[in-house]
Amino acid sequence: MEKLNRYGQFVGKRTIEELRMLAGYLQGKVIQHINSTAVGGGVAEILSKIVPLLQELGVNCQWDVIKGSPEFFDVTKAIHNALHGKEAELTDKMLEVFNEISRMNIREMNLYGDIMFIHDPQPIALIKRKSGMKKSKWIWRCHVDVSGPDKNAWGFLEPFINKYDAAVFSSPHFAHQMKPRQVLISPSIDPFSDKNREVTREEIDTVLNKYNIDPRQKPIVCQISRYDALKDPVGVIKAYKMVKKYVDCQLLLVGNRAADDPETDKIYKEVLEAAGKDPDIHALLVEDIPYEINVFQRVSDVIVQKSLREGFALTVSEALWKAKPVVASAVGGIPLQIKHKYGGLLCHSIEGAAFAIKQLLNAPEYAKKLGENGREHIRQNFLLTRHLREYMLLFLSLYTEDGIVTL
Amino acid sequence: MIQLSKKNNEKAFRFYTRFHLRVLTGLKATNIEELLVLIKKVPGSSIYYHTHHFLQKHKHISPEPPNDFAFWIESALNEEVLAEKVASIDTVKYHSIRSLRNEIVRLIEDYIDKNPRTKLRFASPNKAFHFIKSISFIVPTPYVAKDLDGFLDALKKISVDSIYFHIFEARLRLEMETNDFSFWLGTALMEVELAGKITALDPYTYTMEDLRKKIIALVEERLRNGKAK
Repeated sequence: MEKLNRYGQFVGKRTIEELRMLAGYLQGKVIQHINSTAVGGGVAEILSKIVPLLQELGVNCQWDVIKGSPEFFDVTKAIHNALHGKEAELTDKMLEVFNEISRMNIREMNLYGDIMFIHDPQPIALIKRKSGMKKSKWIWRCHVDVSGPDKNAWGFLEPFINKYDAAVFSSPHFAHQMKPRQVLISPSIDPFSDKNREVTREEIDTVLNKYNIDPRQKPIVCQISRYDALKDPVGVIKAYKMVKKYVDCQLLLVGNRAADDPETDKIYKEVLEAAGKDPDIHALLVEDIPYEINVFQRVSDVIVQKSLREGFALTVSEALWKAKPVVASAVGGIPLQIKHKYGGLLCHSIEGAAFAIKQLLNAPEYAKKLGENGREHIRQNFLLTRHLREYMLLFLSLYTEDGIVTL
Repeated sequence: MIQLSKKNNEKAFRFYTRFHLRVLTGLKATNIEELLVLIKKVPGSSIYYHTHHFLQKHKHISPEPPNDFAFWIESALNEEVLAEKVASIDTVKYHSIRSLRNEIVRLIEDYIDKNPRTKLRFASPNKAFHFIKSISFIVPTPYVAKDLDGFLDALKKISVDSIYFHIFEARLRLEMETNDFSFWLGTALMEVELAGKITALDPYTYTMEDLRKKIIALVEERLRNGKAK
């Protein structure tokens, strides 16, 4: 129980005791998580934390990954973008690629959970195995913003979704009228992960030297996100240029490449073009080295998340946990993490982002207060222990229709 | 479902705690009339959620008014007067979700009647009001009190969720006349005066930790002055 006990310093010992108590009610159940990638992206990151801790609590929890070809991931990326509302043509040929790989996974995967926990659209068709797994319960966990999905994409997925026992979303805005029970669970961050732990002076210097960044010269405005059109990195550059007219600062864009994201190079090229020859714009395409991300956040003066759409944007929670002032778009799960003018600033446009960044750079005391409030909000609502508790409650809820359950 | 009030009408008081899981109803409102229709229609657990979750979510001071309906009426519809009326509902006065729901409906209907132009105000699509309900999981804790000293001792150890359950959820959602603590103190220990003092608190105006401190102070005062004969 050593790892779990450490979280007591942030959430209190009682919370840890309660997790153990809940885990006791799940004895005898096997939970099998399935997603599309073991590394890269938020889903794999959360699972790599949640699964070992559930195991430590004594819950029999496993994690498996589907197989897929580059063509399959091109299609699932198009579906992903279409769910976010972006116009994307899903041709019959594309859907056949999806169906063919799905059939292979349905045929070949070893499925054994009492509770099958399927993440995002890539493995969604595995639900077809449900009829052969009597008494099994199936959960579809949607990590993407489906507040305004393309109708064709949603229509393609809907027959699968309706066969599940429960669907899980990260924001109330993602709710739909549908057959399964829809549960609201926000993701979380791990205060002990390399991305969030305290870092040493030496680690900071190593990273800054490696990327040739000097925070002493000019204040740093930073966005950490994959190079993805929906994260609007070009919009961030435009906002920075508006700020730069009045406050001399530098912009740090940091993104890695996920295995299931084929668009990175195209967007990165657009970013470099937009940056031009400005020596104060550092657009880094990096390996996924979590402690480096941690350092980038800690040396920044203002952290931006100017997404056009978001599943949740855990980078906001990460920044707030470091008590950093944040400017972020009011999309997806971001308003759950930031109460405007209390724990950060929300924006709706490039101009709005620029104004908020200027305000924070020019009023450091105000920025500090927002950061402190933000950290407390994250401590109470977005740490891993809350996520563990809600997942266990979700598993228990599969066996009841009632609104009040006595365990 | 167990009858906690009956279980705790015994000499020993078992402390329970509760957890909740949020469930999306898929129902949403974009103007005051849609909100009104849905407030009348949604399950009681949804009314309960939108008038109580702030108590647990923000255990420290935050700028939100104490219920979601009021917050939305002000932030999405800019109807400050109605928002204030809904925010100021004396929730502690109501012993059932039904009566609380009726009061919210009455306030909104009355306001629309006097201010028909309010029907013309719409929230932007990304500010629609989404109805959420919750599933409550009630779980026994290891803490049991047999007398006032034991009760005080346990009060200091239990989680704020446990205090929340016995003060708010047991009273309103399970439709009890009073909170669990007062019921047990008054009927099992015959501590009628102390029970009355706890009943008389307006728990909606405390943070959960402050509420714990207040109840502890009342029990300690009673112990200092001698237990009931």
